[in-house]
Amino acid sequence: MFKTLWTRLKQGHHTSRFPKEAPKLSQRFRGLPMIDSSKCPQGCQDCAQSCPTDAITLKDSKIKLDLGRCLFCTDCVEACPEQSISYSQDYRLATTSRVNLILEEGRILKLAQAADQKIKKTFGRSLKLRQVSAGGCNGCEVETNVLNTLVFDLGRFGIQFVASPRHADGLLITGPVTENMELALKKTYDAVPSPKIVIAVGACAISGGPYIHHPQVHNGADSTVPVDLYIPGCPPHPFTILDGLLRFLDNLK
Amino acid sequence: MIRNHQSLPLKDTPSHPIEEWRKKIIEKTKEGLRISALFAQENKLMAILAHDEKGTLLPLSTEVPTKKYPSLTPECPQAHLFEREIKEQHDILPEGHPWLKPVRALGTDFFRIAGEEIHEVAVGPVHAGIIEPGHFRFQCHGEDVIHLEIALGYQHRGLEHQLQHGPTKRTLSYMETAAGDTSIGHTLAYCHALETLSSCEVSERAQMLRAIGLELERLANHTGDLGALAADIGYLPTSSYCGRLRGEFLNLTAEICGSRLGRGLVRPGGVGFDIDEKLISLILQEKLKKAFKDVTDAVQLLWDTPSVLSRFEETGVLSKKSAMELGMVGLVARSSGLRQDIRHTFPFGIYHKEKPSLSTWKSGDVFARAHIRWLEIQASVKFILKLLEALPAGKKREKTGALLKNTLTVSLIEGWRGEICHVAITDDKGLFSTYKIVDPSFHNWAGLALALRGQQISDFPLCNKSFNLSYCGHDL
Repeated sequence: MFKTLWTRLKQGHHTSRFPKEAPKLSQRFRGLPMIDSSKCPQGCQDCAQSCPTDAITLKDSKIKLDLGRCLFCTDCVEACPEQSISYSQDYRLATTSRVNLILEEGRILKLAQAADQKIKKTFGRSLKLRQVSAGGCNGCEVETNVLNTLVFDLGRFGIQFVASPRHADGLLITGPVTENMELALKKTYDAVPSPKIVIAVGACAISGGPYIHHPQVHNGADSTVPVDLYIPGCPPHPFTILDGLLRFLDNLK
Repeated sequence: MIRNHQSLPLKDTPSHPIEEWRKKIIEKTKEGLRISALFAQENKLMAILAHDEKGTLLPLSTEVPTKKYPSLTPECPQAHLFEREIKEQHDILPEGHPWLKPVRALGTDFFRIAGEEIHEVAVGPVHAGIIEPGHFRFQCHGEDVIHLEIALGYQHRGLEHQLQHGPTKRTLSYMETAAGDTSIGHTLAYCHALETLSSCEVSERAQMLRAIGLELERLANHTGDLGALAADIGYLPTSSYCGRLRGEFLNLTAEICGSRLGRGLVRPGGVGFDIDEKLISLILQEKLKKAFKDVTDAVQLLWDTPSVLSRFEETGVLSKKSAMELGMVGLVARSSGLRQDIRHTFPFGIYHKEKPSLSTWKSGDVFARAHIRWLEIQASVKFILKLLEALPAGKKREKTGALLKNTLTVSLIEGWRGEICHVAITDDKGLFSTYKIVDPSFHNWAGLALALRGQQISDFPLCNKSFNLSYCGHDL
């Protein structure tokens, strides 16, 4: 008993002060990509050709980057001697519309806001989510799961993962939606009482990720159910997911 | 006979008539060799047997032009899932296989026990927690589980198929997400295969950085698992401390490569990121020591609490004999008393020179699988600190050239779950004609099913967590 209490004391306090304070991320963290097409030589396609998921397209030396497909790897950065693409430390990436995830020069990523007052009113103080992994590699799953640890302490924001879709207000989906999970995902969605929301977490759930266009997958959650919030990354940092959830509920203050 | 990360021209791969091939595999596995991989290439069957004591790999191939052969499974149980996969992928029939179900296709019947008081419990694919999908079908008598059948395949993304005719620009992403919690392990196995096939020498510095990454992956997962085991028996202090501490190890990986799961760290020819003195002394060494101190306190609570021990001990026992017959690998094998650790038996990279100590435990129960994790945490921390002290100068990354043509190589890595086996076979253009991935979970799921026999069904979450196997690593 005394030992348990002594250990508790020694462990200290580790809950982050987010959202009051910005999270401390590693120096090498790869956040929102920055595009500077002015450095692009005529006709160069190096970044587009290096991208494993073809997230980058180049037209008239203007780079377009689909954040929904981006794996946040270093292939384009390494392929480009001009450093037209670089990663910033900005972890805030969530949007409410798929189109917003297409980055272009001079276009600021339109971050998610509470879709309407109704969502805020209905879910702002209490949001229960059921997580469905539909072909996820366990990357997005573990980074979602850590929101329950004392560092992020999801419960203090009134958000909780529940064991049954019948107890939930919405789904948080990871994975490209494999053929073998499609039915289970549909049934789980149907079991959630309305009004309900759907959150797609990670490149796979948004676009299929590395598995895009495989015959065994459906290229993401919105192939099967309507998606309200997109949180890109491979996997997204837990703070990216948390920021997205709070932004969506208008609870960032 | 080859060693780990050695190449063998295809024409030198020993091919035997089917009867002789079968006899050899059955005899050798009875002598204690393990099937690391068994797969088909059109009408050809290929087995890779691992000799843990000698550190050698025996590739054995045979032709099955009739598309059928007498099954190995009745005499060699560890072949069971491989043979089911061969039937599913290549329509080659292992005649006499006792349970020839598809591995990844859904909608097949389950083994059923009939009787007045027998009932069936179905769980999944959508589970209560934030985990991957799989289906568990229990045949129970009261609270006792008589038989558990595990049906997977929900995570099947067609990964292996896409590796054929590679490498392509997407191959590394496939490796990093084959089992997303083992990104470093699988990517390392792939990079070793590529380096063997292109005769690329990786600098000692890069080898050490890879090993640091691999051990950090082990630390994070082992720590997380100990916390989750505590959670499953309702012992909350260790559960909440370890949940946080797992993140400390992930953050250390992120300090090196920007990704908590090690994405981008291991690259063909070396590593994608180097570390400088400041990072080593100010962050890695200091934070690792601090995290280890906290993990020690948190885990020690488990061993000092009688109610924890009474739930761990004698729960979900997997005997040494069963572990051997089923071809268990990794920490599950070591928890059942088998001396089996690729870092020792088939050393790779820097593990030729330095390695963390090997731990085994005899009891084969949940306690053993928890305790082995703790022993390995201690060994890995010591090992990383040693490497950080002695990091030599060297190039971060070498160039890899074209791959050898018509050649086979086997790449074994000790991931945190156990043996990761990649087999690469190239065609006459130097592209992969076959690339086979065997995640440790592919071997070990059967161990979980067996360990549950005679247990109370309420102990399933605890037993499951003590194995903590990968669904997508199995389904690919």
